[in-house]
Amino acid sequence: MAHISDLEASLRPPAMEMPPYPPKAITLASGEVMVVRQVEREEIPTLLEAIYPLLWVERDFYDIVAARLFGELLAYKRYRVKDEYVLAGLIDGVLAGMVNGRLVDAKTGMSYHTLTIRRGLRVGSHLFAAKMEYHIEHCKQEEVLIVAESPIGFRRWMIEYPLEKRFEVQHELGGVPSWVLPRETYYNAKPRLVSGRRPVSEELIGRAERIVLPGEETVVRQVAGEKEGEV
Amino acid sequence: MKPVYIAGAGMTRFGRSEWPLIELASVASLAALHHANLGEIPVDGVVVANMGAARVNKQTALGSALVDQLALYPATAEAVENGPASGASAFKVGVQAIASGMADVVLVTGVERMRVVNGLEGTDFVASLSHPEAEYVYGVTLPSLAGMFARLVMNRFGVERKHLAMVAIKNHENATRNPYAHIQQTVTMEGILTAPEAVVNNPPIAEPLHLYDCCPVSDGAASVVLVSEEVAAKLAGPKVRVAGIGQATDTHAVHEREDPTDLKAVRLASEKAFAAAGLKPKDVDVAELHDAFTILEIAESEAAGFFPRGEGHLALERGETKLDGKLPINPSGGLKAKGHPVGATGVAQLVELTWQLRGEAEERQVKDAVVGYACNFGGFGNNVVATVLRREAE
Repeated sequence: MAHISDLEASLRPPAMEMPPYPPKAITLASGEVMVVRQVEREEIPTLLEAIYPLLWVERDFYDIVAARLFGELLAYKRYRVKDEYVLAGLIDGVLAGMVNGRLVDAKTGMSYHTLTIRRGLRVGSHLFAAKMEYHIEHCKQEEVLIVAESPIGFRRWMIEYPLEKRFEVQHELGGVPSWVLPRETYYNAKPRLVSGRRPVSEELIGRAERIVLPGEETVVRQVAGEKEGEV
Repeated sequence: MKPVYIAGAGMTRFGRSEWPLIELASVASLAALHHANLGEIPVDGVVVANMGAARVNKQTALGSALVDQLALYPATAEAVENGPASGASAFKVGVQAIASGMADVVLVTGVERMRVVNGLEGTDFVASLSHPEAEYVYGVTLPSLAGMFARLVMNRFGVERKHLAMVAIKNHENATRNPYAHIQQTVTMEGILTAPEAVVNNPPIAEPLHLYDCCPVSDGAASVVLVSEEVAAKLAGPKVRVAGIGQATDTHAVHEREDPTDLKAVRLASEKAFAAAGLKPKDVDVAELHDAFTILEIAESEAAGFFPRGEGHLALERGETKLDGKLPINPSGGLKAKGHPVGATGVAQLVELTWQLRGEAEERQVKDAVVGYACNFGGFGNNVVATVLRREAE
């Protein structure tokens, strides 16, 4: 790490050692293969570029998810959030979605956001599952605190897993009462909700090395469910 | 009965719409009227097909509302609610008006805006067509009825999940060629059935039916302009005649049927429609079937008389129902991928057939299509309307 001043060091939260997330490959319904991999700090500006046009898309609460995620990623890049990680889903290198979260302590994780750009292929479900996999299997945590900002998220996480109420805990996302995914529930849900193959071939890894953005109009069109020329 | 022609057809893109219900209906209606190019010829009547507006949109008397929106006064106005067969039923009402001599021009528009409610409420609203004491009260939904039906058909005729997936793959592929389709995404056998990840990609909805065996919940509208022979003679463009309509019913509760795998109402309605048209199933060049669930495309293709009973899946395997096959089925993408705004579906099937018979279906055009057939499947097969259209020689 480059040398930082004492003042800067005092502004940064203390960091825990975080294990890497080994990449995995997922065949989607379309037959396309999505590589899920960890995103490094220096790649964050690319993700911010993808998120930016969604700040004004009200549909399915994309605006609030985009705005909060933008802040979270910026905080990660500039060392203003404790123990955050980011995973991205890439199809032929093109960004299909991203998820992030952080470790509250060694035992408890906190899910932040799931943002899908390529909709209609359960990309969000796969990425959310990868996030839970990271907390439970790789960080060896006991539980993950979760909230949903959209009805879609509520159906995908609270109902499908299903999550347990932990309403006495306010989630960092607006103080909303938390739900929780305990380790046991994760393993019960794993056969039907968590998928992907490891190791990922060198060829696929190579194609996922650089994050390619789909382009602002394409991002908004895919998110809003519009056809080319309708945006 | 006097001859009846379809002079114009139009629709909105199916999917999730932000437009109010009647604006949605208006857009499709205006497209159909523009297509018909009636000039100064007035519209005598308007028939609107819809299933759930009273419940989910808090709006009734849709025929009057559409006449007002389009300023078509003093045209007559009706609304028809007949479950998922509302579209073809409304079409039949329009045909009857012209065939009886009561009208010369009738606008038939099907519309539904059901994405305003959540999935649970939407499923419950559609389930309200089931038998209230024998089915609904026990939690029966349309996917669950279709699941039980699929299980019986699969056990009896050797249909496998791969056949259901083949229907989905074909119809999704067709929909990518249809700019009006709700879902414009191809799917593969690997992605929805054989890859380990298919468990997540294609989760069970009502076994043996999975996500990609079920149509999406859609908003949308579709519209046709029906005209008398006298009016048709004044209009330019190919002439698509309503060659025959057949309708038949069956028991409300599915369990009361002697053989629940026999889609009797489809069979009888189709026989009536073909008899009225003086045609046979073998004469059909293109068909739009009511594939709200993939199993229904297979079963209806047999009940309509295109393939022997228990062999629809074999014809599918041979590729006969593909866009370039012997009998292309659901070139539009069907309900499976084009979408299923319930009240609009029956009209949208006839819109697609009209475009096909006029040679206007662009990338999904079936070569030299002259005769088209549509099956609009109401209830769980308890009220079916079959329609045969034929392009007349110019």
